[in-house]
Amino acid sequence: MVAILSTYGDLLLQAMGKTLTMAFYSLIFACIIGLIFGVLSVLKNKVCKAIAQIFVDVIRGVPMIVLAYFVFFGIPYACKNLLGFNFTLSALEAGIICLSLNCGAYMAEIIRAGIQSVPSGQMEAARSLGLSYWTAMRQIVLPQAIRTMIPSIINQFIITLKDTSILSIIGFPELVNSAKSVVAITFKSFQVWAIVGVMYLIVITILSKIAKVLERRLNNYGH
Amino acid sequence: MAINYDKVKVEVTNLEKHFGKNQVLKGVDLTVYEGEVLCIIGPSGGGKSTFLRCLNALEEATGGKIVIDGYEITDKKSVDINKVRQNIGMVFQQFNLFPHKTVKENIMLAPVDCKLLTKEEAEEKAIELLKRVGLEEKKDAYPRSLSGGQQQRVAIARALAMNPDIMLFDEPTSALDPEMVGEVLNVMKELAEQGMTMVVVTHEMGFAREVADRVIMVADGIIAEEATPEELFDNPKSQRAKDFLAAVL
Repeated sequence: MVAILSTYGDLLLQAMGKTLTMAFYSLIFACIIGLIFGVLSVLKNKVCKAIAQIFVDVIRGVPMIVLAYFVFFGIPYACKNLLGFNFTLSALEAGIICLSLNCGAYMAEIIRAGIQSVPSGQMEAARSLGLSYWTAMRQIVLPQAIRTMIPSIINQFIITLKDTSILSIIGFPELVNSAKSVVAITFKSFQVWAIVGVMYLIVITILSKIAKVLERRLNNYGH
Repeated sequence: MAINYDKVKVEVTNLEKHFGKNQVLKGVDLTVYEGEVLCIIGPSGGGKSTFLRCLNALEEATGGKIVIDGYEITDKKSVDINKVRQNIGMVFQQFNLFPHKTVKENIMLAPVDCKLLTKEEAEEKAIELLKRVGLEEKKDAYPRSLSGGQQQRVAIARALAMNPDIMLFDEPTSALDPEMVGEVLNVMKELAEQGMTMVVVTHEMGFAREVADRVIMVADGIIAEEATPEELFDNPKSQRAKDFLAAVL
């Protein structure tokens, strides 16, 4: 165990860094995607609702491995053979696209539910004062919705962080992929996978704790 | 304050409202003059709240015409509803204060956001309004820590911060504990004395009798009776009004 850590520790830490980088960008894009489709789904307009529903249904209905192969191999193939130009994605780019779409779809559902959990009287009161729909949404509804959404969002973040491991299949040298290489060299499966497991555990525990603090801070008004 | 019968604030013609197949308002006509206090009474489900909510377009009328201060709000293309609403204050049964903002912020939000006042002016105004409703010391409290009566008084102050010409009240005391009803009604009474045009949906018959210039009874989607409070309470003409008053008084 010590031998593995001293020889491959740096490599594994770097791989963890790549995992976190991928998760970080994915989460930012997922928040934007989630916000857009979440808000679309609560609008009165039927077309907006339908667009949001289709997006969520499609992404939720396709396993992420399939999505990853499709984005990484399928789209460049289509560009080259069907559309006639060269287009390639790096494994990191493809990974971020997949994770953003996947997490974004779930975020959209979380945000939709969060907005709907705010009593309709809040929007009505804001509108009755002369605020526009979007101002009321931004100033009154979303700030309250976000507070109720925080636990689910954090949960989704953790799932997404773990889902980065699925993207080892398209060759991005994140933690699982790097660990596979280390196992291939050392043959010490038990030790390597135990180390990797503990690494995930530490990072996710730290994130959960930070999230708990954040949740408490945001929810303390009026108590 | 006298009523100015030369100036029409609200003019409703043949207003209809359907929720799906259910027709809640079946042709309501009404004129409200400047400085007038109009109380709307009637049985639950009779359409009085729906009628009130049509006046600031929280409910969209499905037929007829509503003109507020010369703006035909039922013609959505011709008016900027947000502008018209800035002139119509509304107070809700459930208060609907913004829980994530302090009392002061609740009051300041709309005037600042609609660029009517600067932040400093809005703050000054908020304090002045809180004094008026007797809650200056609660300016930095969050709504959740206030009693129902206090919350409703803040809600009135919040509506007044926009300097509205007309105030709508949707059963403002129905969600209150009995001992808090008086404090809210007193604020409303003061407002009436200062000449505010008010339309009040209420179950407080005592308030209607004392403060209203005119009372209408809405039942089954129409105005069943319209009269001065003395006439309506002491000598109702329609059977619908007689039955209703016999049940509530």
